[in-house]
Amino acid sequence: MTAAVAVKRKRPISLGTVATHAFLVLACLGTLAPLLWAVYASLRTYEDTSINGYFSIAKSLTFENFSNAWEIGNLPHFYWNTFLITVPALVITLLLSSMVAFGVSRFSFKFNLLLLMVFTAGNLLPQQVIVTPLWRLYRLIEVPLWVSDSESLIDSPVGVVLIHIAFQSGFCTFVLSNYMKTIPYELTEAARVDGASVWRQYWQLTLPLCRPVLAALATLEFTWIYNDFLWALVLIQTGDKMPITSALQNLKGAFFTNNNLIAAGSLLVALPTLVVFFVLQRQFVGGLTLGSTKG
Amino acid sequence: MTVLQQRADDRRAADQPGSPPRRRGPRATALAKTDKLVLGLMLGIPTLVHVLFVWVPTFGSIALSFSSWDGIGGFEDIEWIGVGNYVDIFTSYPRFWPAVQHNLIWLVFLIAVPTSIGLLLAVLLDRQLRFSRIYQSALYLPMVLSLALIGFIWQLIYRPDDGLLNSLLGLSDKPIDWLGDTDINLYAVLVAAAWRHTGYIMLLYLAGLKSVDPALKEAAALDGANAWQTFFRVTFPVMKPVNIVVLVVTVIEALRAFDIVYVINKGRNGLELLSVLVTDNIIGEASRIGRGSAVAVILLTISLGFIITYLYQTFSKENRP
Repeated sequence: MTAAVAVKRKRPISLGTVATHAFLVLACLGTLAPLLWAVYASLRTYEDTSINGYFSIAKSLTFENFSNAWEIGNLPHFYWNTFLITVPALVITLLLSSMVAFGVSRFSFKFNLLLLMVFTAGNLLPQQVIVTPLWRLYRLIEVPLWVSDSESLIDSPVGVVLIHIAFQSGFCTFVLSNYMKTIPYELTEAARVDGASVWRQYWQLTLPLCRPVLAALATLEFTWIYNDFLWALVLIQTGDKMPITSALQNLKGAFFTNNNLIAAGSLLVALPTLVVFFVLQRQFVGGLTLGSTKG
Repeated sequence: MTVLQQRADDRRAADQPGSPPRRRGPRATALAKTDKLVLGLMLGIPTLVHVLFVWVPTFGSIALSFSSWDGIGGFEDIEWIGVGNYVDIFTSYPRFWPAVQHNLIWLVFLIAVPTSIGLLLAVLLDRQLRFSRIYQSALYLPMVLSLALIGFIWQLIYRPDDGLLNSLLGLSDKPIDWLGDTDINLYAVLVAAAWRHTGYIMLLYLAGLKSVDPALKEAAALDGANAWQTFFRVTFPVMKPVNIVVLVVTVIEALRAFDIVYVINKGRNGLELLSVLVTDNIIGEASRIGRGSAVAVILLTISLGFIITYLYQTFSKENRP
């Protein structure tokens, strides 16, 4: 009681506030626990945990599991596969979505609303509704050898990139068009009166104004495309061509039953998204918020 | 073709006669030919890509659901059997009803647990506490992890012999097989899925709470409402749009659920889901495209109701001048 009175002088701390903080700290610890547990397991040696079990104080900590997982799991190869899918998919998705968003938000067509609905609804469909015919369609579409060594879109990173673009453009178009509607019409109109073409109004005027929302979407889409499991699992048949998230299955086999190695491998796979989250958290959260609220 | 005109036409109607003129001329100029072409391509190419790879396959699923096909031969090998697949699914496909049940449990669980926890956390964090940003970071963190990876990480917790949970509960002698026991494995997986979903719900509600006009709360307080009443009678009802978004997001998440069960045991043994029944026909042992497509159509039908709700909620304001 006396302590509470003493503190009151500066900043009154009620029991409620203390309870709230206590609850939040517990919630945060509970949230972080599974990850911290994986970190702990990944830092211990196989001998240590097989003798003492995981629920024990570590004898020593080592980064050995990480370097082993890196090599045994052939992680650089799978990171590269992911990179080759994620970067083109991300760039083209943002480009195409911003073009549609520009069209529907700056000009008035009769089919504006319909178009926007098609994109928005498309992004909400469960992927499984699309996947079977898509898998068949991809086998039908022939592409030259330099595009895909399977000579069709199946078993080719190009096919995975394409479905990411098609599927993710729904969400991006929706968010970008909402944002572009908040840009005053006078701006593009003034440019138009000065003789700027539609392309210049888009590329030189509207897009630079959309930088914050593009950054938010890029952050979000990076994690979504990076985390994709289903598309690559179904559309790529050669294990060696899988991006890293879908390759997790193979990794499990490669790591055999060494849980420390599995933990280290999982954390390495999570690393890029964790880095993005810590560096660009504001953009990540902003992107999700934009997707849920209008304007 | 539609006449291409700047939005000016829409806006002109809204301008009051007395207000200063906001437009240079009364009439928006028509676009030049090249501009029309450029605009047509800018709208046309992305739409083509989206429709070809998203909507054409969706309608393809509907068509294939009336067929019997192993997916290997050409289209001429497709045998059209009407609603046979649906009859088969409803009457004699042993994995179907368990999958429906599991999807339903998934949905109810996600609505009950992460939604209430997420809302509670959002309300607490909305009160300008110290360290609020740190709390938020920690709670958002699972959102950046893929569900496949979450399946991996949580196996370290659920393993019967040396997992964290059995050790914590002191069950090392007669361990519970959290992911193998068909009575409990669905719930064990759901806890892991909810672990990730909660942060997202919290984020949606935090944004929603920020958009609530503080004057409303003040008015309620002036009228003598306590914090509890203010929240449930004023704040929560005002957040109806957010509630709808949360509902739609949760339903879609529940219908899409796939990665986590696939990583754990390929969706067998108590973890059957509708999504697994669909994909099994292309990557699993079954190869009945028609039956798989019929399951996909059932998924589509359920999700359409919520998609339409969402579209109505989102776009209904647009029609008003």
